[in-house]
Amino acid sequence: MHIVVCIKQVPDSAQIRVHPVTNTIMRQGVPAIINPFDLFAIEEALRLKDKMGGRVTVLTMGPPQAEDALRKAIAYGVDDVVLLTDRAFAGADTLATSFALAQAIRTIGEESPVDIVFTGKQTIDGDTAQVGPGIAKRLGLQLLTYVSAVDAVDLDQKTITIQRRSEGGVQVIKTQLPALITMLEGTNQIRFATMSDMFRSARAEVPKWSKDRAGIEDVTKIGLKGSPTVVSKVFAPKPKAVKAQMIGVDGDTPQAKAAALLDVLTGQHPRLASELGLIAG
Amino acid sequence: KRLELDPRLASYKGIWVFVEMERGQVHPVSWELMGEGHKLADVLGVELGAVVLGGDPAETAAAGETAFTYGADVAYTVSDPILKDYRNEPYTKAMTDLVNKYEPEILLLGATTLGRDLAGSVATTLLTGLTADCTELAIDPDNRGLLATRPTFGGSLLCTIQTLNYRPQMATVRPRVMSMPDAEPGRTGRFVTEQLGMVENDIIAKVLSFIPDEDQDKAQLAYANLIVAGGRGMGKAENFKLIWDLAAVLGAEVGGSRPVTHAGWLSADRQIGQSGKTVRPNLYIAAGISGAIQHRVGMEGADVIIAINNDPNAPIFDFATYGIVGDALKILPALTEAFRSRLAVNRRAG
Ligand SMILES: Cc1cc2nc3c(=O)[nH]c(=O)nc-3n(C[C@H](O)[C@H](O)[C@H](O)COP(=O)(O)OP(=O)(O)OC[C@H]3O[C@@H](n4cnc5c(N)ncnc54)[C@H](O)[C@@H]3O)c2cc1C
Ligand SMILES: Cc1cc2nc3c(=O)[nH]c(=O)nc-3n(C[C@H](O)[C@H](O)[C@H](O)COP(=O)(O)OP(=O)(O)OC[C@H]3O[C@@H](n4cnc5c(N)ncnc54)[C@H](O)[C@@H]3O)c2cc1C
Repeated sequence: MHIVVCIKQVPDSAQIRVHPVTNTIMRQGVPAIINPFDLFAIEEALRLKDKMGGRVTVLTMGPPQAEDALRKAIAYGVDDVVLLTDRAFAGADTLATSFALAQAIRTIGEESPVDIVFTGKQTIDGDTAQVGPGIAKRLGLQLLTYVSAVDAVDLDQKTITIQRRSEGGVQVIKTQLPALITMLEGTNQIRFATMSDMFRSARAEVPKWSKDRAGIEDVTKIGLKGSPTVVSKVFAPKPKAVKAQMIGVDGDTPQAKAAALLDVLTGQHPRLASELGLIAG
Repeated sequence: KRLELDPRLASYKGIWVFVEMERGQVHPVSWELMGEGHKLADVLGVELGAVVLGGDPAETAAAGETAFTYGADVAYTVSDPILKDYRNEPYTKAMTDLVNKYEPEILLLGATTLGRDLAGSVATTLLTGLTADCTELAIDPDNRGLLATRPTFGGSLLCTIQTLNYRPQMATVRPRVMSMPDAEPGRTGRFVTEQLGMVENDIIAKVLSFIPDEDQDKAQLAYANLIVAGGRGMGKAENFKLIWDLAAVLGAEVGGSRPVTHAGWLSADRQIGQSGKTVRPNLYIAAGISGAIQHRVGMEGADVIIAINNDPNAPIFDFATYGIVGDALKILPALTEAFRSRLAVNRRAG
């Protein structure tokens, strides 16, 4: 079985700050990490491999520094990695991103056909959850989003049974391979890297694919050119003009403050007060 | 990149809203979007269409009728037993066929699990642009294009995204981000009915079973009218009893900030904010929550926000309606008691 996992390198958003005057993102010194949602995809792929054999290839599209994310993936125990990197990919929206990734997966599959593609649920920067469905449609793969468990894979029958989150419950779906799975968060826990994989990771040669190496000929479908959407404006949210009206003063007892608040609600918000039962509705 | 529209795309007219229906239930986000779609359609002077896909003709017709009361002029329906449970393949086909035939210029969907699955697939199939999780939709007066605004970097900034020379312009919006419009009973419209053009054998994916959530209440948080929420300032898991006590007296739902769900003081699906749920209650009581932007974007749509915090400079006081400076561990029991006794008095009086 051959599994491809797509991962994205993202800035650790917990550490991102916005410049208060210029409204630009201050990236300097912000560490780059593997998109946290993608770790669930890597782990699920490794578990399938542990159970059924085969190999796991991790693919990312990004700047040359994204190599670090792939080394990390090797340390977790994946077999192969591919870094799709080319100036021509810059400025891609999700449509252009899914085109490039789909083409790279096609090329990866020429050597050894791909049975399952995994992605994360979404990223923490672009946060659209659109790339997984995009890749699936472009490659004609069965699309399985928000998967919480892979119940069974039958390589002879080429079938897969999964559980996926839907509104108000869990759907159990059986379908045909090849399929694309977007993995739900919290469904597993990424393993610790072993010593030998860490050594392998340090020594590994990370293959860097240009658009040509990935088999991409049509440059109107990638990067800025291949992106129907453009960001036309970036701005800071309007601060709310009015601040909170403070109830009570220092030294008031909690009981006094509570009573004062209920008086204000009753006086100023009759509809809410009647919904709460403070006044007879 | 030119914003001028290719003449071959000029025939795309009208605004469509996808009416999301599962097991006969329409997701309320569909009506929230219908309200937004109505405003946009008025600006453009075009028709508002509702797209209803489902397995039962009576259900789809009923949803179409309801769509009219929320402002739809036309309901495009496809009803086929194949569409009973959501599956990506037939839903994508039904939607893309409708778009290709009737050519709407804007297509809006709810950013639910179903809506995102469908939106991403439809946009890629149609090779057009899709903007995710918008918080504001408007029309560019210069070129009649859609201006789709969404938060970036956890809400610290907003960005406006436009779809250039592609149609339809697609966008998703999270539940509760837009307000629920008032229905206009008796308002009617026109039905356009299409066939799916597939047989069950064409579809590879089979739904073996559906396991409903045990705790259906949790899913209701987004639509709760009253919410009591706690943050890291509550100190420890046991103190959340004070939150639950107040919620019980009010008949409110319970929510929390991210540190609280991460620490396991509350279950993950009760997290409110950018990476949790968006809520829009009539009353939101926040105890021991600082009011970070990632929390704020999930709850600032509340009508009345009451913040309890022992730091008079906590950012939450910048946007709450009422503030109480003090120790939440003391204020909460006092509030619970005050509500309890007044409610009792009113019940006796009423
Ligand atoms: C603030 C901001 C807002 C944006 N808004 C939009 C928008 O509304 N519409 C739009 O079309 N584009 C948008 N973009 C562009 C979009 O973020 C990029 O196209 C990005 O490359 C992929 O989208 P995503 O990060 O949302 O990924 P998602 O679709 O959320 O990612 C899902 C999964 O796909 C895989 N994946 C995603 N990117 C890669 C990659 N480069 N390499 C390998 N695997 C990957 C990962 O497994 C990931 O978990 C936005 C970008 C920014 C910075
Ligand atoms: C990508 C990203 C996504 C995120 N998504 C979310 C999200 O969805 N939801 C979310 O909430 N956060 C989210 N966050 C985290 C967010 O940035 C804040 O860290 C978080 O909201 C803070 O939670 P808090 O207010 O409970 O805790 P703190 O910021 O630690 O605030 C605690 C508050 O309690 C007050 N306090 C302390 N003791 C008492 C007392 N005895 N009585 C009264 N007040 C007291 C303090 O003065 C303080 O204001 C996200 C962050 C990132 C980077």
